[in-house]
Amino acid sequence: MDPRFIGQSVRRQEDDSLLRGTGKFVDDLDPHGLTHAAFLRSPVAHGRIRSIDTSFAAQVPGVIAVLTLADLRPVLTSDRLPVQFKSDGLPPNIGPYILAKEEVVYVGETVALVIAESRAIAEDAVALIDLDIEELDPVTGCQQAVQPGAPKAALDRSNNIYAQFDMGYGDVDQTFADAAHRVSLALVQHRGGAHPIEGRGVLAHPDPMSGQMTVWSSTQQAHEARGFLIELLGLDETLLRVRTPEVGGGFGAKYLLYPEEVSVTAASLLLGRPIKWIEDRREHFLAAIQERDQFWDVEAACDASGKLVGIRGTMIHDGGAYVPQGVNLAYNAATAVPGPYDLPNYKLSVQAVATNKVPTIPVRGAGYPEGTFVMERVLDALADAAGLDRIEIRRRNLIPVSAMPFSTPLKSRSGSGITYDSGDFHAMYEQALKEIDLDGFADRKAKAAQAGLLRGIGVACGIKGTGRGPYESATVRIGKSGKVTVFTGAMPMGQGLKTALSQITAESLGVDPGDITVVCGDTNTISLGLGGFASRQTVVAGSSVSVAAKAVRDQALHIAAGLFEADVGDIELVDGMARVKGTEIQTSLKELAKIAGGSPGYSLPTGVTPGLEATEYFMPTGLTYGMGVHAVELEVDAETGAVTLQRYVVVNDCGRAINPKIVVGQIHGGVVHAIGNALFEFMGYDEQAQPTTTTLADYLMPTAPEIPRIDVHLAEYPSPLNPLGVKGVGEAGCLPTAGAIVSAIENALGAKNNMIQRIPVMPQDLFQFIQQGKQSSAA
Amino acid sequence: MTNSAETLHTVALTVNDVPREGTCVARQNLADFLRHDLHLTGTHVGCEHGVCGACTVLVDGQAVRGCLMLAVQAKGRSVTTIEGLTRSDQELGVLQEAFSQHHALQCGFCTPGILMTLVEVLQDDPDPSEMALREALSGNLCRCTGYQNIIDAALAAAAALRQNQK
Repeated sequence: MDPRFIGQSVRRQEDDSLLRGTGKFVDDLDPHGLTHAAFLRSPVAHGRIRSIDTSFAAQVPGVIAVLTLADLRPVLTSDRLPVQFKSDGLPPNIGPYILAKEEVVYVGETVALVIAESRAIAEDAVALIDLDIEELDPVTGCQQAVQPGAPKAALDRSNNIYAQFDMGYGDVDQTFADAAHRVSLALVQHRGGAHPIEGRGVLAHPDPMSGQMTVWSSTQQAHEARGFLIELLGLDETLLRVRTPEVGGGFGAKYLLYPEEVSVTAASLLLGRPIKWIEDRREHFLAAIQERDQFWDVEAACDASGKLVGIRGTMIHDGGAYVPQGVNLAYNAATAVPGPYDLPNYKLSVQAVATNKVPTIPVRGAGYPEGTFVMERVLDALADAAGLDRIEIRRRNLIPVSAMPFSTPLKSRSGSGITYDSGDFHAMYEQALKEIDLDGFADRKAKAAQAGLLRGIGVACGIKGTGRGPYESATVRIGKSGKVTVFTGAMPMGQGLKTALSQITAESLGVDPGDITVVCGDTNTISLGLGGFASRQTVVAGSSVSVAAKAVRDQALHIAAGLFEADVGDIELVDGMARVKGTEIQTSLKELAKIAGGSPGYSLPTGVTPGLEATEYFMPTGLTYGMGVHAVELEVDAETGAVTLQRYVVVNDCGRAINPKIVVGQIHGGVVHAIGNALFEFMGYDEQAQPTTTTLADYLMPTAPEIPRIDVHLAEYPSPLNPLGVKGVGEAGCLPTAGAIVSAIENALGAKNNMIQRIPVMPQDLFQFIQQGKQSSAA
Repeated sequence: MTNSAETLHTVALTVNDVPREGTCVARQNLADFLRHDLHLTGTHVGCEHGVCGACTVLVDGQAVRGCLMLAVQAKGRSVTTIEGLTRSDQELGVLQEAFSQHHALQCGFCTPGILMTLVEVLQDDPDPSEMALREALSGNLCRCTGYQNIIDAALAAAAALRQNQK
């Protein structure tokens, strides 16, 4: 069958309502009797609660309730949230409290909540809660956390270490002894927050008619949220439904059940009223997860030709005050170091430690950008040490297409092996160099120099495991109305997932994608689901939809063949009709659905099974890996240290593109997020672990003028691991970005020996480097 | 929906060419007034401190941050929100259509503010350069798109609008 809809940039079915302002986000929901929540949050990074006096707050007119942990306990089965990913070997007492009990461990931790007739009243009342705290010494950084004599981030733990593990393979120490060139690097990596423009939000809405609590949440994980909510509230699936309205971006921050969602739902159960809480931006800075800090000390070695022989070192990861999800972020970063290069020996000792700052879990990229940055810095340093061109050393170390599929000795966090399933890395690399016009760079550099600007070029590569299992759910159904509906546990947060799934369905059923309804984020419509993480949804949910749609197609063909006394192979599905090929003999999918629906007391036609529907849980056997090459040209103003990005080329493997326009859009977004990480975004804390960047005027996200045109070229090396051949792209754009930009800055400055070892690269840092360079050349 | 101790003010204004009236406390900002009192939820709130631009609306034709203007300041003024760009029974307008064609929105949360900003920009300058558009959008944050497709959509809409003028 020729593809009819797959591979086409069809119009997104999400767009119309969003462009008219009629799309409904969680704060747009306004049920009768709605009340509003606001949280009292810890004002200090570490302290012991002496008392919480809510009496003044409770007297504010319009206040319905002021609640502490003790008040919520009648409807809670636990004071704390569990670690939400399966994680063996972690210490006890690391899950966040639903509201603080006796100790607070980061600024912004939820202590109490006020329910009132308006948000403004609730916030007024929060200010009147008298919270008496004995301040304790905070752990302000992850390097400090492991120093002897450091304070403990939480008093009920034996130390500040969440996890420590070694990762690697080969005999790295032996190979170092004989290596031609060795370098050592101390890399400080900072990635800030997720910052979807819509913050988090939840509306708990009890329905007295059904007795069911509906929790509307701006989340990436409706089914996971339901699972933890029923556990924490002692309910069952019939009593609690999680639904998502439009979700205004997630980027990782919404792949977690938070204390706010639990406490608001608990309060609604207690009070019997609908309660809404909408995170404001300050709260997102204080209490939504971040990625924050990793400190990498690594040595690397190569042979005389520049071929890598090994990397070894240590990494300390800032886990924050609790472990709400696991230590997957640190794990991913460690596994991402080899990237698309052939690294024969590797050894990294990792510590994930506690600090008195908001917890860290993956933001878009999920540790892969950090691991990728390490390898790219290593390659630059080795190139400089070996006297090789930085572009050439990458060429010499990329895994050749002849080695595909390429198994690394590493294992992903699920325990399955890491095998790069397809792709010609060298071809992609050369394409990127051609697209950025490497040959013309020298001329452009000379021209920039005439204008007093330093122009540089940088190239970097990264590869991301995508499409995590264990499964995603999909039901494809043609109802008696004739309408095709897809139900899935996959969760869109803006990607255009509904459109992509409608295209996959349309491919098999021969209806227009725009006529297909895709229902996501409703736990009443499908029993299982895992939601939106790890660039997985088109890979895993797309495959489930594909298999289910084909099964429905087979059912429809079978009924039509019986009806027309024709062979199944002679029937085609086109424009919502089942037709005997080359004839006018046809009937609608609606009629076929009616036949499959049966009539009371009468037999179904021979061989026909009830209903035109199928459910599939596609289970990938491994991650599928898409490589990306980024080439960037930029100019540095030596007077100010300002960096201006001039050209940006991406060649990225997406397997088979379902909707190329959507795929390119995903890469644009990922690249720009990571440009923010490379040059702008910094979440600051002072010496008392008090956040110092809590507005978007202090924490700088990229805006349109800083961003160059991004020239994206899709490479399509189909994955053998799923029926569609797709690879995920949601995070791909984030990986090589910082490595390429930092390399280009050094290239512009004519610097060697990895001058830049910290990201984000601040103008003041660059200014200092430039001044140092002037002094050393003068001396 | 207010603290009973606070004085209520009546705000009569024109919204999307329709006379509207609501009551609010003095501290209510325009975005919340539009959203929660007039139930025009197409205007979104992303930061409440005037940086993200999601709440941008037109007041007497000029782009204004709905979170930085008090509702009482809008008395007697004419406000246009995203709901006013196209009637529900109409096809999408040129700019909105260009956004869909160029995939200039993903989650769509920042989109209303960006559309309202661009309405003013294209009124003031029917033939803007790419850099002028990037500068004009410097007060609108988008985390999804990386801005490029927004710029392309705006350029395409500007061209189409100029064509329509001929």
